[in-house]
Amino acid sequence: MVDLIWLVIALPLLGAVGLLFLGKRIGEPNSGRIATLLVIASFFIALIAALPAFGGDFEGENIFLFEWLPSLGVNFSLLWDPLSAMMTLVVTGVGALIHIYGTGYMDGDSRYPRFFTYLNLFIASMLILVLGDSFATMFVGWELVGLSSYLLISFWFEKPSAAAAGKKAFVVNRIGDFGFLIALMIIFATFGSLSYDTVFGNADKLQVGGATVTAITLLLLVGAVGKSAQLPLYVWLPDAMEGPTPVSALIHAATMVTAGVYMIARSASLFSIAPVSSGVVATVGALTALFAAIIAIGQRDIKRVLAYSTISQLGYMFMAVGATAYVAGVFHLLTHAFFKALLFLGAGAVIHGMHGEQDMWKMGGLRKKMPIAFGTMVVAWLAISGIPPFAGFWSKDEILAITYGKGGAWVALWAVGLVTAALTAFYMSRLMFLTFWGEPRWDDGIEPHESPRSMTLPLVVLAVFAAGAGLINTPFRPSLEHFLEPAFAFIKVAHAPEGITPWVLAGVSVLVALGGIAVAYRRYVTRTLPVEEGERWDLVENGFGVDDLYGRTIVLPGKAVAESAAFTVDAKGVDGLVNGVGGAVKRLADAATVLQTGQVRSYGTTMFLGAVAVIAWLLIRGGAF
Amino acid sequence: MTMSDLAVTAGWYMALAALLFSIGAIGLLTRRNALVMFMSIELMLNSVNLTFVAVGKELRTLEGQIATLFVMVVAAAEVTIGLAIIVAVFRRRATASVDELSEMKG
Amino acid sequence: MDVRVIIFVIFAIAAVAGAISMVLARNPVHSAFGLLMTMFAIAVFYIMNGAHFVAALQIMIYAGAVMTLFLFVIMLVGVDTSDEAEEHIPYQRPLAMILGSGLLILIVASGIQTWVNAAAQTGRGSLGTIENVSDELFGTWLLPFEATIFLLTIAAVGTIGLAQFAFNLRVASGDDDE
Repeated sequence: MVDLIWLVIALPLLGAVGLLFLGKRIGEPNSGRIATLLVIASFFIALIAALPAFGGDFEGENIFLFEWLPSLGVNFSLLWDPLSAMMTLVVTGVGALIHIYGTGYMDGDSRYPRFFTYLNLFIASMLILVLGDSFATMFVGWELVGLSSYLLISFWFEKPSAAAAGKKAFVVNRIGDFGFLIALMIIFATFGSLSYDTVFGNADKLQVGGATVTAITLLLLVGAVGKSAQLPLYVWLPDAMEGPTPVSALIHAATMVTAGVYMIARSASLFSIAPVSSGVVATVGALTALFAAIIAIGQRDIKRVLAYSTISQLGYMFMAVGATAYVAGVFHLLTHAFFKALLFLGAGAVIHGMHGEQDMWKMGGLRKKMPIAFGTMVVAWLAISGIPPFAGFWSKDEILAITYGKGGAWVALWAVGLVTAALTAFYMSRLMFLTFWGEPRWDDGIEPHESPRSMTLPLVVLAVFAAGAGLINTPFRPSLEHFLEPAFAFIKVAHAPEGITPWVLAGVSVLVALGGIAVAYRRYVTRTLPVEEGERWDLVENGFGVDDLYGRTIVLPGKAVAESAAFTVDAKGVDGLVNGVGGAVKRLADAATVLQTGQVRSYGTTMFLGAVAVIAWLLIRGGAF
Repeated sequence: MTMSDLAVTAGWYMALAALLFSIGAIGLLTRRNALVMFMSIELMLNSVNLTFVAVGKELRTLEGQIATLFVMVVAAAEVTIGLAIIVAVFRRRATASVDELSEMKG
Repeated sequence: MDVRVIIFVIFAIAAVAGAISMVLARNPVHSAFGLLMTMFAIAVFYIMNGAHFVAALQIMIYAGAVMTLFLFVIMLVGVDTSDEAEEHIPYQRPLAMILGSGLLILIVASGIQTWVNAAAQTGRGSLGTIENVSDELFGTWLLPFEATIFLLTIAAVGTIGLAQFAFNLRVASGDDDE
C-alpha cells in the first residue's frame, strides 16, 4: 500500500482538475459528493499505508515517482515516515470531515462546484507539501497552498472585503515565502542538494550554532511565520475569515497554518543545532500566543475570536518546536486540528442557523435552539481551555512542562504561556457564554435552527476526537512519542521533566484555566452583561492598531512607490524613453523620406553616387592614387 | 613615342567606352523623357559591349564577344518591357515624363 | 601613321558626337538619330576588333530593330518637348555633370598606365566569324544560351500582359475615347 501512496495526492488533484472542467455539468449535490468521496478515499489509503507504522519502529521510506530536477539533486518522490503519515492523516481526516460539512454549508451557493474544486486543490497542495521528500517539493506545495488559500478566502469575491482579504493573505504570505526561498538557496549552496536525505544526513557536519545554520533556520522561520500567522506576519489570518466558514476551518485547523510548524519540525535536524534560532522561534511563539490571546478578548465577531485563538495556539506550537520539543509541538498541532476545526465548524453552524449573523452580542441563549452545535462546542471549549481529560489539556500542558523544565530564561516563556492559558480560557468562555447562555439578543426576524445532518455529523465526529485525542500521548502512555520517535531519531528532543514537577505544573495550569472560566462566568452569566465599549476595548478589538500601523508604514509607502512607478517612472520615464525612441526613429524616417522623392532620376543620382564612391574606394584601397 | 609608333590598343577603346558610359549616365540623370532615358541606358550598355569586345581581342578569346551577345539579348528583352511600360503609362497618364510619375514619394 | 588610328579617331569622334547629341537634343527623334550614329560607329569598332558577327548583329538588332522600336514608340507617345525646358529637381544637372565626369576621371585614372603603355596588339587573335562564334556559343555557352529562351519568352509574355493591363485599366475607368 505504501507504493500507492501517490494516490493520496492524486485523488484530490484529480478531483480538482476534473471538477474544474466538468463541475458545472456534474451539478450541485454530486460535485460535492465526488470531491468528498475522493478525500475520504485518500484518508483510507493513508490509513492503510500507515498501519504498519502503528506497530512501532517504522523508519519511513521514499517512494520514487519520477526524475524531476536532477541539477538540484531532486527527484519527485514522496517520503512516508511517521511525521508525514501523521500529517497526512490529519489533513485528509479533518479535510474529509470539512468536505462533508461543506456539502451542507455551501448548499445553494451559485459556485458550489467551484468551491469543491478549490477545496480539493487545497487538500492536494497540502499533501504535496507534507509528503514531499525534498525542500523543493515542499516549496511547490507551499506555494500551491498559498494559491488555493487565496482562491478560497476570496471565494465570495463579489464582496470587496473578501477580495481584499484574499489579496492580503497572498501578499503577506509572499513575504514569508521570500524568506523560505532564500533559505532554500542557502541550503542548496551549502549541501548541494535540496533533498531531505542529503540535507539532514549532512546537517551534523555543520558547526553547531554556526552562522550558516543560523541563517538557514532564521530564514526558514521567516517562511514559517508567514504561513503560520505568527508575529509580525499574522495580520492576514483574521481577515481570512471573509472566506466561507469551512474554508476557515480548513485553513486554520488542518492545513495551511500548520505548514510552518510542520516545516520546522521536519527541519528539526537543522533547528536542533541552531540554539539561537530555536530561541527566536520559541520567543516569537510565546509573544504571539500572548498578543493574539489579548486581542481575542476584544473581538465581537465570533469567527474573529477563533482566528486570533488560532494564532495564539500556533504560538504554543512554535514555543514547543522552539524548545526542541518537536513531538509536543506536533502533538498540539494534532489536538488543535480537532478542536479548532470543531470550533470553526460549530461557529459556522451557529452562523448558518443565525442567517449569517456573526456578532456574538446579537446571539445569546442558543443552547436550546442548537443542542448539537452547543454540545460539541462545549467539548471543544473545554479542550482548548485545557481542562482534563480533553485533548488540549495534554498537549498544551506538555508544552508548558517542557518549557519550564528547560530552566533559565525559558521559565519566562513558561510564564507567558501560563498567562496565555488563562486568557484562552477566558476568551473562549466569553465566546461560549455570549453565544449560548443568557437572554436572546437576536435581531428581529431571525429564527435560529439546528443545521442539517451533513453539518452536524462532522461536528460529532470531531467532538469525539477533541475529547479523546489527547489520550494518545499522555505521560502514562506516550504512544505518539513512540510513534514519532523514528522521525526524530538522531535529534535531541526535549522531554518533560521527571518527578513531581509536571504534576504541580499541570495543577497550576488547570487552576489558571478554571480561574479564567470562573471570571468569565461571573462577568457574562451571573451579572448583567457588561458594556464593552470605550477606548481600551476599541484598541483591543482593533488588534492594537497593528493593521493601521502596517497600513501607514508599509502599505502607504508601498502604494506611493507603486504609484510613482506607475505614473512617474513608467508613464513619464519608461514611456517617455519608448516614445522618445519611437519619435526619434520616426523623425529619422521623416528625414529619410526626403530621399524618397518619387523622382526616379533622384534615385539614379543616388545610385551613381554610390557607384562612384565604391570605385573611388576600390581605387584608393588598390593604391592607384 | 613618335607619331609613327602610334597604334590603336585596347586602352583606346576603353577610354572611349568610359567617355560614352559617362555621357550615357549624364543623359540618364538629366533627361526626364522616359524614352531618352532608355536610349541613355542603351548607350551605356553599348559602351560596355565595346569594352568586352576590345578586351576579348586583347586576351585572344571569343568570350568577350559571347558576353556581348548575351548583353544584346538582355537589352532587347529590357527594351521591349520598358517600352511596353512607357506605352501603358502613356495611355493612362498621357505623359512620358518621369518627373510626373512620383506617386511613390515618401 | 597606322590607318587604324585614323579610322579610330574618325569614328570615335562620330560616336561621341552622336552620344552628346542624343543627350542634348530636345526632340526625342533627334536623340534617337544621335544614338543611331553612335551605334554605327561602335559597329565599326567591332569590325576593327575582329568581331564581325557581333558587328552584324549590332547593326541588325540595335540599329535596326531596337532603334525602329524606339522611333515607333516615340511616334506613338508623341513628340513632346515642352517639359524639358527647366529642371525641377534641385542640383540635378550639376550633380549629374560632376558624377559623370567623376566616373570618367576615375575609370581613366585607374587604367591610364596599363592602357597607354600596353603593347600594340600585333597578332590577329581569334576572328569573330559566325563559325567561330557559333562553335563557342553552342559549345561552352549552350546552357546560358538556352536560358535566354526563357528570358525572351518571359519578356514577350510580359509585354503582352502589360498591354492587356493598360487596356483593362482604360476600360475600367470608362475612357474608351481612342
